[in-house]
Amino acid sequence: MEVKKFKNGVWSETIDVRNFVVNNVTPYYGDDSFLVGPSERTKKLWDVCLEASKEERQNNGVRSVDTETISGVSNFGAGYIDKENEVIVGLQTDELLKRAMKPFGGFKVVQKALEEHGLVPSDTVSELFTKYVKSHNDGVFSAYNEEIRRFRSLGLLTGLPDNYARGRIIGDYRRVALYGINTLIEAKKADKANIVGPMTDAVIRLREEVTDQIKALKDMIEMGKKYDLDLSRPAENAREAVQWTYMGYLAAVKEQDGAAMSLGNVSSFLDIYIENDLQKGLITEVEAQEYIDQFVMKLRMVRHLRMGAYDEIFAGDPTWVTEAIGGMFADGRTKVTKTSFRFLNTLYNLGPSPEPNITILWSNNLPKNFKNYCSKVAIDTSSIQFENDDMMREMRGSDDYGIACCVSYQALGKQIQFFGARTNLAKTLLLAINGGRCENTGTQMVQGIESMEGEYLDFNKVMANFKVAMKEVARVYNDSMNIIHYMHDKYYYEKSQMALIDTNPAINIAYGVAGLSIVADSLSAIKYAKVKPIRNEEGLTIDFDIEGDFPKYGNDDDRVDIFARDAVKNFNNELKALPVYKNAEPTMSVLTITSNVVYGKKTGATPDGRAKGVPFAPGANPMHGRDTHGAIASLNSVAKIDYCDSQDGISNTFSIVPKSLGATEMDRIENLSTTLDGYFSRKAQHLNVNVLNKETLLDAMENPEEYPQLTIRVSGYAVNFIRLTKEQQLEVITRSFHDSM
Amino acid sequence: MVIFLQGCKLKCAYCHNPDTIDTHGGQDHTIESLVMRAVNMKSYFGEFGGVTVSGGEPLLQSKELIHFFQRLKEEGIHTNVDTNGRLLNHFVEELLDKYTDLVMLDIKHMREEGYQMITGMKNKETTFNFAKHREASGKPMWLRYVLIPGITNKPELLHEMGTYFKDYKTIEKIEIQPYHTLGVHKWENLGWDYQLKDARENTEAEINDAVEILEQYFKEVKVN
Repeated sequence: MEVKKFKNGVWSETIDVRNFVVNNVTPYYGDDSFLVGPSERTKKLWDVCLEASKEERQNNGVRSVDTETISGVSNFGAGYIDKENEVIVGLQTDELLKRAMKPFGGFKVVQKALEEHGLVPSDTVSELFTKYVKSHNDGVFSAYNEEIRRFRSLGLLTGLPDNYARGRIIGDYRRVALYGINTLIEAKKADKANIVGPMTDAVIRLREEVTDQIKALKDMIEMGKKYDLDLSRPAENAREAVQWTYMGYLAAVKEQDGAAMSLGNVSSFLDIYIENDLQKGLITEVEAQEYIDQFVMKLRMVRHLRMGAYDEIFAGDPTWVTEAIGGMFADGRTKVTKTSFRFLNTLYNLGPSPEPNITILWSNNLPKNFKNYCSKVAIDTSSIQFENDDMMREMRGSDDYGIACCVSYQALGKQIQFFGARTNLAKTLLLAINGGRCENTGTQMVQGIESMEGEYLDFNKVMANFKVAMKEVARVYNDSMNIIHYMHDKYYYEKSQMALIDTNPAINIAYGVAGLSIVADSLSAIKYAKVKPIRNEEGLTIDFDIEGDFPKYGNDDDRVDIFARDAVKNFNNELKALPVYKNAEPTMSVLTITSNVVYGKKTGATPDGRAKGVPFAPGANPMHGRDTHGAIASLNSVAKIDYCDSQDGISNTFSIVPKSLGATEMDRIENLSTTLDGYFSRKAQHLNVNVLNKETLLDAMENPEEYPQLTIRVSGYAVNFIRLTKEQQLEVITRSFHDSM
Repeated sequence: MVIFLQGCKLKCAYCHNPDTIDTHGGQDHTIESLVMRAVNMKSYFGEFGGVTVSGGEPLLQSKELIHFFQRLKEEGIHTNVDTNGRLLNHFVEELLDKYTDLVMLDIKHMREEGYQMITGMKNKETTFNFAKHREASGKPMWLRYVLIPGITNKPELLHEMGTYFKDYKTIEKIEIQPYHTLGVHKWENLGWDYQLKDARENTEAEINDAVEILEQYFKEVKVN
């Protein structure tokens, strides 16, 4: 173990990256004036990447696919963008933007994705996965019951990770750099020796898992060798620290194709090595920035093979390489370093980009210079998001965490989560109005709900039925989750990521809900206006007549905001009461990704006046155009949802036109920083910030090739705007763009 | 948080809120409901933010504003008045001296004929008297000045303004508002004749020239 140049601590004796960072980091309070532009080498590489990305767009979104090789940590030979200019190396396959098959999640999905591009898997792969190998998807469907299938097909549960990797787990990729893989193998072997009988299910499973992890670590060493890197030992300088960390991450995205494959919280860890090399005069700022630029460039080039239907839920080919930057240590120091700035600077050096999904951990106590730089970057690029560090650190317990996927806290190396997609809460409300039947098909979904009689909807009766419906939906949702995660562990275990995590980590099961604003507004309409159901011959309510006005979520009006808050609390309580696989602790998010469009399609007319098929608002956002009292009132409504009830995250996507933030650049920066301080001091959890004019987006729809890097935050992530479908683009444009605070 | 109060005695040629000129109109709000809204926004105000009353001419309702600002001060909220400075009675004085943290005073024009041309009213002196009162109270004030090519951007006018105010201790800065035509459609909507049809927007050089002159006299010159 390399300990000479760094201050020792607990980390020197045991695997503990946080302790290394705490003992060796150099917090930075200055401004951005030290930053430099991209090196010549970086510029050359990025030109190649831009050209390849263009080819990818022109080729129906996929540049090429390897149909022979089953992807895995060391299954591909080395790949380069342009070897002589690369200081950080490594691609998922042997060629830039060439995608790989990862059939252990579900072979049918791989077949379908290939078919959509006129390709088929090789005969060998087909034979293997049709005759001999069982996938996660096969496993799940051998255990699903009729009820779960019904909930899934009629749109109460959507986006379940039952035919591809579940993702969300964040390996502590820093461990590769700090310890080298040999040390990690030794530690895992020691752990395994301590996993002793009686040989219950759990013990047997864990022994098998650790064995797989050790194998994955050995594979990582092999992968490194293909690039002439000796990953068995610790990184010895800044370039190696970046390279080794990236190799840890690369192993994960070679093996798994989870929707979200977050990076964690690497910037200030890497800063320790960079600072060390700078102090010794081994490198200058140019090299320091070059390492980060090239690392980030590689992260931008990560791709997975997806089928078209996937794009409906997760639009724009995202990979969620989420990197959390900033925040505070529990001891009161800031985690901000110069490398925090260097990461953000990539958005200038390489231009705006949705990936990596840069997430600022915002604390009231962040250095002012850093706050203002983040605000500047948000205003200039609409590429970054913000989360409440003060609240998460205090309530969740660790100051060393990453963001899984879009918005979810995950302590690094100590905790994982099981991705749970989401359930449709608006449709659940319609079950309450329709005697437990699906409003579109009349199919009986849940039992025990009386049908509504009478000319107008009775608030108390609807509320009582809604509670029954939530309880039933929660039960089926929980059943499906247990099956999915049992099978994923069995058939597509994340061995290379879990190898970089403590052997028996804490687990959250991350449930989610969609359609929250519709539920709140509908209940408000039923209570404060008169809502008359329009029923068809079968007695199904297919539309509503609303007489009178009612308070709407998004205007800082407690009368309706309380419905949103309580729906989250009640549904979360239902979920918490149910047994979970591996004793995971339930958490819940209010997050939709871009599935708000497809959820809308599958949901009939709602009592708030939303017509059948119309998209939901994303995440916890108020419904488009209904938040009419300015930006702050809208933010305040969302801030009322209690993080205690929704610890997987509460996503809010906020778009504001530049001039309403202020007349000058300094005003806009100052105002955005102040707005973030204000929002988070009200215990809000997450904010996506877009500073854009609608006209820019309309022009980009007309002239896409003039906006190859136009980035917009949608729901916990960002997309390259021109990669959205026309329908998704229009949906984004109809969202509220605040023109007043 | 900006609250636009309905009603103004002036009818400035470039008014970008002409719909607030008529003293009849607008929506009624109780003081307490506005205080509550301000309280809910307080965490967003930061170091410099607070409640600004603008208009229209807010001081037409100075009696009511006393109560409003008194409540805001109880809640620890910063109070600003954005005014044309035409009104100075004992209500206004009480409001300014006791409850107003910052006055933003609009200097329309340094000369009588220009002032009349822009506002349709006589007696630019009222603005100067207003400024004198604020200066005597020792509390902060910003000047605001709409820069119109050919009308208010002449160097001699800018020097005149600088010379007049250069010894004022309460003036923290002057904000230049480059003339823009965004309000024109509102005039058309009201069926009124827009009186500055021939005026154009400033070039960057014109703005820079004005800044250069004003910087000789004021601590801070800001372009909005």
